[in-house]
Amino acid sequence: MREIYLDNSATTKPSAEVIDIVVKTMTEDYGNPSSLHRKGLEAERYMREARAQIAGTLKAKESEIFFTSGGTESNNWAIIGAALAARRRGTHILTTWMEHPAVAEPVRFLEKMGFTCERIPVSKEGLPDLEALQGMLRKDTVLVSAMYVNNEIGSVSPVAKMAEMVHREAPDALFHVDAVQAYSKYRICPSKLGIDLLSASGHKFHGPKGTGFLYIREGARILPIIYGGGQQKGMRSGTDNVPGIAGMGLAAARAYENFDEKISSIRELRRRLEAGLRGLPGVVIHGPSEEELKAPHIVNAAFIGVGSEVLLHVLEESGIYISAGSACSTHKRAASPTLSAISAPPEETTSSVRFSLSEENTGEEIDTVLKTLREVLPRLRKYRAR
Amino acid sequence: MYNTYLIKYGEIGLKGSNRHVFEDALAKQIMRALRRISGEFSVRKERGRVYVNCAGDWDEEETVSALAHVFGIVGICPVYEFPAGSYEELEQHMLEYVAGEYAGSHASFKVKAKRVDKEFPKNSMEVSADLGGAILTHFPDMRVDVHNPEILFDVEIRDRTYIYSKVIPGPGGMPVGSNGSAMLCLSGGIDSPVAGWMIAKRGVTIDAVYFHAPPYTSDRAKEKVVDLAKKVAEYAGPIRLRVVNFTDIQLAIYDNCPHEELTIIMRRYMMRIAEHFAKKNGNLGIITGESIGQVASQTMQSLITTNAVCEMPVYRPLIGFDKSEIVEIAQKIGTYETSILPFEDCCTIFVAKHPVTKPIPEIIERSEGKLKGMIEELVAAAIDTAELIKVE
Repeated sequence: MREIYLDNSATTKPSAEVIDIVVKTMTEDYGNPSSLHRKGLEAERYMREARAQIAGTLKAKESEIFFTSGGTESNNWAIIGAALAARRRGTHILTTWMEHPAVAEPVRFLEKMGFTCERIPVSKEGLPDLEALQGMLRKDTVLVSAMYVNNEIGSVSPVAKMAEMVHREAPDALFHVDAVQAYSKYRICPSKLGIDLLSASGHKFHGPKGTGFLYIREGARILPIIYGGGQQKGMRSGTDNVPGIAGMGLAAARAYENFDEKISSIRELRRRLEAGLRGLPGVVIHGPSEEELKAPHIVNAAFIGVGSEVLLHVLEESGIYISAGSACSTHKRAASPTLSAISAPPEETTSSVRFSLSEENTGEEIDTVLKTLREVLPRLRKYRAR
Repeated sequence: MYNTYLIKYGEIGLKGSNRHVFEDALAKQIMRALRRISGEFSVRKERGRVYVNCAGDWDEEETVSALAHVFGIVGICPVYEFPAGSYEELEQHMLEYVAGEYAGSHASFKVKAKRVDKEFPKNSMEVSADLGGAILTHFPDMRVDVHNPEILFDVEIRDRTYIYSKVIPGPGGMPVGSNGSAMLCLSGGIDSPVAGWMIAKRGVTIDAVYFHAPPYTSDRAKEKVVDLAKKVAEYAGPIRLRVVNFTDIQLAIYDNCPHEELTIIMRRYMMRIAEHFAKKNGNLGIITGESIGQVASQTMQSLITTNAVCEMPVYRPLIGFDKSEIVEIAQKIGTYETSILPFEDCCTIFVAKHPVTKPIPEIIERSEGKLKGMIEELVAAAIDTAELIKVE
């Protein structure tokens, strides 16, 4: 059975090239970059190369890129590190209601530690309410953290407008952007957009798991949260994950090659899938209606009357891999953060799934998925708790 | 330092001429439990006593914990063991033992000596009194209390001499393998692993059957059941777990029978399939985790209705237990954490809002009649395609 992998927002398949460089840095060039001998120097070259590759994609300075263990660490570091550095100037933090737990949870932690944290409402389409943001910003706001592309429904936040507003109303605040789902899908130039801190994760763009980076604008002051041997200018201690970093650097460089062509083809596939889904009965598609506000690779759809997890397993039987927007109905697990934030009704939160694409998918695959859905949905709708 | 455990067993002692069967089963189960940990162990049976000798790289805590998983063991006593010799040598050993185990103690004690070797110059009473006196002289902070001692020193003079004073409780029950085998209906819930554990505790070898319903239940739910079976197997020994795909049977019932009877009819088919495999295995009964009134399918009327399809006895060790009592055992035996993982199981997916609570067997049979002509094939297919997993 051919595999149709449509869960690229969960993770992507590492490219052969990436695997090769990871293997090379584990078999031949396995040194510790901190070592003074030749082996160390060889390893350090991979780090420098990766830093240059990533900086290049962001039009940033190499000194502004710090390697981490992934999106979660980048977000934790940006948020907790910025809050700690600013705690004497102010303790007011803003974020949105639809953040990934890797942002929402560190913010909650700071709240418990005594920071004042407020959350910006989001529209039904999954976009932050700019007027609300304007009203909530204060002179003592020290950090605003928002996602660029929503991981569940693919809505694209107006980060440039938000940045401008943040810097105007709260001159002391840093603006952090969780770009885990946006990096490799958008050309992001943090310095132009007014972004001070930006998180990304290697395995979302065909890099290895356990890798990520945080962009820290030169002059933006945040404290380290991991202390130890003083690697990465004392900002992020711990022996450098050379294989992961080398793999991520290469994956980043490749992600921005033939960029426009690649993105428009993914977008084309998404539109094809979305159009097909709209043609099926009982389907609600979440997210913005305007194409410019939609990420090229994510479709979130509710199949009313069909449990998310059941649909997931049925498609799995046909070799199609997707993600359940929210888990099973009978145990009444809470709806996901985004679907709650956009006030999706229960019949949608319990039946939502996410399709997320990459350039490796084909139109034929999309048609197979649609055909499979047409076959299985009537059967699934027939059998349900009543 | 000791390297021997005296194993106390309770009920086995009562089994008359079958006694060796039980002792052999106990020795076998002890060795099985000890195979999993590091160290070299041997089990010695001697005049109504079972000893475990430890050598090599063994660890006290790990060994006691492994032994505490062996049904039939009532107490585990770390024993100080040395060659039989003169009374003076015995006294010397005794004092060393007290110094090693109870230095600085203010506890009350009693010495209970037992002379099996009648060649020994002093009789049991004399040994007890003299050793007690010696302890008092060397450990003046301790005192004698012959009625309610805090420490009871057992001294046994046989071909070797043994001293022990600590009894670590074992799980009790009877050694697995001494009492036939039974088929456990295992779900991912809290109750069924506990039910299996309880029956295994009576010396019964356990096999199991699990019903899954893909795509409505996930592979993770199946993994969870395998994990639960592993936990039970730590006590009960290897379990042959059959995983039966129940989806088509479930959907056929859904299509043809009144919805409020779905669960009860489902359970009747589960019982039939469980009994099929039980007979095939040579099991002597079926075990379920049912308890009266816990849910609609476990009222007394429902139990009659599900019971009616089985010829074999159905053992329900939890029948009179409250949920909180079951949870307590589940926590004790280590299945609880796994049981509460939130995966859908096949009993809950299509559950009716108002299922029948007082089913009448005749009416249920009439509803089942509507399945005639198709269900036989579905049941046969479910049996044929069942997966057999050896859980150890």
